[in-house]
Amino acid sequence: MKLTREDIAHIATLSRLSFDDKELDKFTKQMGEIIDMANQLQAVDTKGVPATTQVVDRDTVFREDQPEKWQSRSEMLQNVPDSSNGFIKVPVIIDKDDND
Amino acid sequence: MNFKSTIGLEVHFELKTKSKIFSPSPVTYGAEPNTATNVIDWGYPGVLPMVNKNVYRLGIMVALATHAHILPQTHFDRKNYFYPDNPKAYQITQFFQPLARDGYVEVEVHGKKKRIGIHEMHIEEDAGKNTHGTNGFSYVDLNRQGVPLLEVVSEPDMTDPDEAYAYLEKLRKIVQFTGASDVKMEEGSMRVDTNISIRPAGQEKLGTKVEMKNLNSFEHVRLSLAYEEKRQQQVLLSGGRVQMSTRRFDENTGKTYLERVKEGASDYRYFPEPDIPPYKIKQDWIDEIAKTLPESPMDRRKRYIDQYGLKPYDADVLLQTKESSDFFDQTVAAGGDPTLAANWMNTQVNGYLNDHRMELADVKLTPAHLAAMIKLIKDGTISSKIAKKVFAETIANGTDPKKYVEDKGMVQLSDVSVLGPMVAKVVDANPQSVEDFKNGKDRAIGYLVGQIMKQTRGKANPKIVNKLLNEELNKR
Repeated sequence: MKLTREDIAHIATLSRLSFDDKELDKFTKQMGEIIDMANQLQAVDTKGVPATTQVVDRDTVFREDQPEKWQSRSEMLQNVPDSSNGFIKVPVIIDKDDND
Repeated sequence: MNFKSTIGLEVHFELKTKSKIFSPSPVTYGAEPNTATNVIDWGYPGVLPMVNKNVYRLGIMVALATHAHILPQTHFDRKNYFYPDNPKAYQITQFFQPLARDGYVEVEVHGKKKRIGIHEMHIEEDAGKNTHGTNGFSYVDLNRQGVPLLEVVSEPDMTDPDEAYAYLEKLRKIVQFTGASDVKMEEGSMRVDTNISIRPAGQEKLGTKVEMKNLNSFEHVRLSLAYEEKRQQQVLLSGGRVQMSTRRFDENTGKTYLERVKEGASDYRYFPEPDIPPYKIKQDWIDEIAKTLPESPMDRRKRYIDQYGLKPYDADVLLQTKESSDFFDQTVAAGGDPTLAANWMNTQVNGYLNDHRMELADVKLTPAHLAAMIKLIKDGTISSKIAKKVFAETIANGTDPKKYVEDKGMVQLSDVSVLGPMVAKVVDANPQSVEDFKNGKDRAIGYLVGQIMKQTRGKANPKIVNKLLNEELNKR
């Protein structure tokens, strides 16, 4: 699989990032190299091996339904860029109506 | 040109747990913003989500109640998206191996029975709540982030808005009676997304789907689907193409508006959640849960009508909520006559709850007290007129009806040796009534009964008074 410039632009849009032309070229090349490296794994013969979703040697680990209070609001809001009345304040994100 | 509609529904139920699905943050409703959330909910580096056992248990209950096949092995996946309602930038859900598949519910629409398939149901986490301000900012509360949800995905089996409405009502009732969720649309513990496509009659291929999210009521579901049917028809008839999109229903205008052009499923880049091991659900555990499953509303209805002889209408009123059905069952179990219990529940109790804007759980009336009061009526200790006074006291103050009746001397007077002379005296004192009676005026008896009631301050047994009066008048 070869990554194209369009792939990078698309992923950037999904991630709410915007790149200029120079950055797009740079990331297309870098991401391509990363994918190429990962692609080396394709050489391994996996015939008859079930798809691996987990590498941890355990299953069905449950926690009991017991509420606990951990962080206070002021602690949680410490890393928030902006807040107001206990809410996290962010720019409005709604797509424009282009159907009507 | 004729069009056919294809409707599918995705219903999210908040599962009734004390803590969140992956963290021990308390599950609250109406708490101060961002006071019930922690570092796991926000996906801080190094935290490890751990699954709440109760979430699986409640999910399995709903799966059992909808005849779904519970998968022996499930796992969680990440659904990636960037939106401020979820600081992790992914939702943990079950995409590849959901909790259960292939269920159904039966509905009756336009006089016809129909089975609506359930494609699958999966466990996932809720996102936080965004409030959009008018000043270009949104305000985010993450208390809801990580609240457990069960998403029930129907097959696209519905062909008109009425079927969608009937499916929602039935599904809500079934889930409510498992006790797995509060199913309150107004509090968001039940949320409905719909999708609808239309195609010209005779065309095999389904049309382009439009999704509508966060509808506030079943009625809005019906109205928005009806509006979309028309809108999409107009788009197609004018030569346009329906855009794959998410739309929002505005209750004020009754129209739908574009919210966003939908990302394709692959854009979510689902992959198995690496932080959570897979879950193997053993049949033993399913059997254990099945034993605790409350009787379904369908079975209760059958029992009320076949076994107790209730009218279907009365049975349906009792079955409007699990609370009232449970209360009725407990009243009957405590010895209350079923017909009387149903009458009192559906008229006096409901009337009281409506007048005081209260829920059954908030009043002091207990099934044992209601049963005791019904027994007093049934054995003639109190008249139904007195019963209304007893009821008012019991529901307001939790007073034991039997004790109240004794303390207040409200026991009905049924003693013929006391009532007999009283009747004779009243008849003696009202010769005009005797004449009226002889002239065939039945109203005369009513007047005389009233006189006895007055003298006994309502305590005389009306049946016996009537009998004695008839005997006495016929003697004259």
